[in-house]
Amino acid sequence: MTNVVGYKRPRAGTQPNYLHPPYQSSIKRAPRKPLVLLPHTLSEVTGPLFGHDLIGQNDNDLTKQHAGEPIGERIIVSGRVLDEDGRPVPRTLIELWQANSTGRYRHALDQHDAPLDPNFTGYGRTVTDAEGRYRFVTIKPGAYPWRNHHNAWRPPHIHFSLFGPSFMTRLVTQMYFPGDPLLPFDPIFNCVTDQRARDSMISSFDLDTTIPEFALGYRWDIVLRGRNATPFEE
Amino acid sequence: MSLIPTASQTVGPYLHLGLTPITIADIAKDAGKGEKIVISGRVLDGEGQPIPDALLEFWQANADGKYAHPDDTQDKPLEGKFIGFGRVPTDKDGRFSFTTIKPGAVPGPGNSLQAPHIVVCLFMRGMLKHLYTRIYFSDEQAANANDPVLGLIEDAARRPTLIAERQNDKAEYRWDIVMQGENETVFFDC
Repeated sequence: MTNVVGYKRPRAGTQPNYLHPPYQSSIKRAPRKPLVLLPHTLSEVTGPLFGHDLIGQNDNDLTKQHAGEPIGERIIVSGRVLDEDGRPVPRTLIELWQANSTGRYRHALDQHDAPLDPNFTGYGRTVTDAEGRYRFVTIKPGAYPWRNHHNAWRPPHIHFSLFGPSFMTRLVTQMYFPGDPLLPFDPIFNCVTDQRARDSMISSFDLDTTIPEFALGYRWDIVLRGRNATPFEE
Repeated sequence: MSLIPTASQTVGPYLHLGLTPITIADIAKDAGKGEKIVISGRVLDGEGQPIPDALLEFWQANADGKYAHPDDTQDKPLEGKFIGFGRVPTDKDGRFSFTTIKPGAVPGPGNSLQAPHIVVCLFMRGMLKHLYTRIYFSDEQAANANDPVLGLIEDAARRPTLIAERQNDKAEYRWDIVMQGENETVFFDC
């Protein structure tokens, strides 16, 4: 007999639907049959706890991974990883990837006519500390065109991947920048109908983490699913 | 305090840049015991076309049916290095393959036992949020018939989409993921 305490389910509008026709690639890939509701079992509430031994010295400083310095605006992105109840999520792996300052990814499939930067890979990783804090130094990514619709441009963003304490807290998302004029036109950002949930993907400029004469600071807290309060009644 | 969990966003077309530096395609080597198996297949879209920009993560118990996680309080042995987690991308033909050990049965709701299975978390360009599904094994017919999760799938004709087929008595299984259509894989709302 096992008593499993499951994870909370999302409130309406706070997470995207799989089928979101304005994002054209979802049309042939989103499942069309209803998903099967699965009360959480031991297989769901457990999950991989790993990564702390995979972190190298410059993995959270994307400006120091090559012989020279990358071109672009240096920024510091930091914040906390919390659960729905505001508790920090310690020692969890964060992976991050992004375009360079010209809006070009170091990826064979990116054919955007913008220069690669020999001093910028655009990949980093870290683990949160005991209070759930993380910090990256990087370059502000550029906007780039894509072919979803006429004159489509992705707003500058940084991809984040997180694990948290179970397979149910797994999250891959994107961080955006405040005041970006492209946000109202982006079907990926706007797939979230709840405005508070949508806006929580936008980081805040932060003078406290800005380093004089060096780099602007942006703060972004990430919230993972929280656990139900009471055990599931068997 | 009640916060809204951060919304999911797609991994996009350049997922490899961020997610394949940590690729884990063989977790059998860290398992102290258990039958070494290979699971291979393809990921296909609504037109039957291969999906070359998908990524599978898998999570499983060890051969004794114990997860490497503090919430698994069963009194069963756990080998030190076995984390039970792997990650593989699809190739240009939508193919993936990983090597692991066949997991043991784990507890289900109440006093039930779940058939041996692997939980799969699926990412791809075109999907705004990851999907969860499960792999069961064709040579576990009796256990599968009593599995409480397979039993949740009302349309019994869809259950085989979660069952990997053992190939000619070799320890190789075939399991495809089909996103849409008649043979659409069962995905879970969890």
